[in-house]
Amino acid sequence: MVPNCAEGRLVSNTYNPEDAGNPEDAGNLEDTGNPEDVDDGPAEPLTLPLDAWHRARGGRMVPFAGYQMPVQYEGIIAEHRWTRSHAGLFDVSHMGQLVVSGEGAEAALEALLPADLGLLKPGALRYSLLLDDDGGILDDLIVGRWADTFQLVVNGATKWDDIGHLRERLPDAITLSHRDEQGLLALQGPSAAAALAALAPEPAMAGIAPLAALGFMQTAAYVWQGRPLGISRSGYTGEDGFEISVQAEDITALADALCAHPEVKPIGLGARDSLRLEAGLPLYGHDLSEAIDPVSAGLGFAISKRRRAEGGFPGAVRILALLADGPPTRRVGLAIEGRMAAREGAKVLAGDTIIGTVTSGGFSPTLERPIAMARIGAAHAAPGTALTIDANGRHLGAIVVPMPFVPHRYHRTGAAK
Amino acid sequence: MTVYYTKEHEWIAVDGAIGTVGISHFAQGQLGDITFVELPAVGKALKAGEAAAVVDSVKAASDVYAPVTGTVSDVNPALEGEPELVNTDAESGGWLLRLTLSDPGELDGLMDRAAYDAYVAEL
Repeated sequence: MVPNCAEGRLVSNTYNPEDAGNPEDAGNLEDTGNPEDVDDGPAEPLTLPLDAWHRARGGRMVPFAGYQMPVQYEGIIAEHRWTRSHAGLFDVSHMGQLVVSGEGAEAALEALLPADLGLLKPGALRYSLLLDDDGGILDDLIVGRWADTFQLVVNGATKWDDIGHLRERLPDAITLSHRDEQGLLALQGPSAAAALAALAPEPAMAGIAPLAALGFMQTAAYVWQGRPLGISRSGYTGEDGFEISVQAEDITALADALCAHPEVKPIGLGARDSLRLEAGLPLYGHDLSEAIDPVSAGLGFAISKRRRAEGGFPGAVRILALLADGPPTRRVGLAIEGRMAAREGAKVLAGDTIIGTVTSGGFSPTLERPIAMARIGAAHAAPGTALTIDANGRHLGAIVVPMPFVPHRYHRTGAAK
Repeated sequence: MTVYYTKEHEWIAVDGAIGTVGISHFAQGQLGDITFVELPAVGKALKAGEAAAVVDSVKAASDVYAPVTGTVSDVNPALEGEPELVNTDAESGGWLLRLTLSDPGELDGLMDRAAYDAYVAEL
């Protein structure tokens, strides 16, 4: 047997969702899972600080974004369900943790991002986009503010390009630091808050709220057993949870302490992908790319009101026109009939006409059916529209549905339960 | 009954002129959780090496090839409701289809268990 899409060989130990086999190759035997084909990471994958920990816990390690990372431990579906029902611990230390500081950092970053950073209070986080001059998406990221300093958390596969872009575009007076001495853990799921609270991290200084008061999309500095932790209430699963920046030398102790909680298990990249797909969250390099603008990508919310009025971000002329006139294509969710999944690269048809392409797809463990994201002609994007997917010659029925596929359960302070 | 294996990780258990086909335990482990199996129509004629079925997992969709030439005489009805049988019992209850062999001589080109185990150990 030979996989007929996404991976060249059954026994390839390469995980595909981010490393992206060329979707046009579905059905052939070319090894498209080789990360050297698609990203700029080092040819020989690097190891992350938790490497030995993953191996000791039975993680199946694969090259991903230039690093050896765990794709799964006990199995993707079981790990996915555990995260939705308890809490999962994800090692996302491959992501780039950047700090932008210096006089005028706010204005300098606003020249590169469409966010209104003036609205960002100290300790607040916001989803934003690094844009090229045509309004194409270079990366998606989380930007946060501490006083006059900004932190950016960017994708692992794109971080080197992002750093190059920022160094080139930021004025000399602005300092860009890559905190590559820091690891990053994500703790996600309904038990995440209790599991992290059990470690009793203390505010790092006066004026920082206790952990229990940290709201969704807020970040603050804490100390756990003398070790500094940057804790953000955020994530990529649709669940309540945290992303914890930790010094590399402390990450094993922290991972051990979190997994000592009976509700926490380590979770691999495979479930991370299926969780974010259910949550309707796009994955850079698949659902987003330099060829796609924020409006077509359904990320118009990332272009703040003041920036819409004033412009002054890369690609503003084109993006503002797309906001006014409507984009030619849209990112939509598809619920697929039957049991066979549609995967990246599968064509989407209305009648006999190709109107788009699947950008991510797979089996939803929560809904127990295949789901997908696709980029399709805007005329066909209304929820309820019946379409067809050509999956290697098999025609699958699909209905446009709103995203998220599975409702978000973020922690909203004061929100009704 | 003799069991043969292919380099593409199918097995075929042969009893007289009938061969039962599945994927190996090693293969199911590589694929991860199997979510759907598409089986051929009974009566379909398959050439050796021709795509006979599709196994869809959380990781990828994979073609399963006919190990030898034959005609599909039966498919595993349990897989429609329980595709995960291919994970839990790949080389027995998770069988995919049965073939009436056209040329049992083709079996000579396949591996026995020991040869397959040695082959997998090298991967």
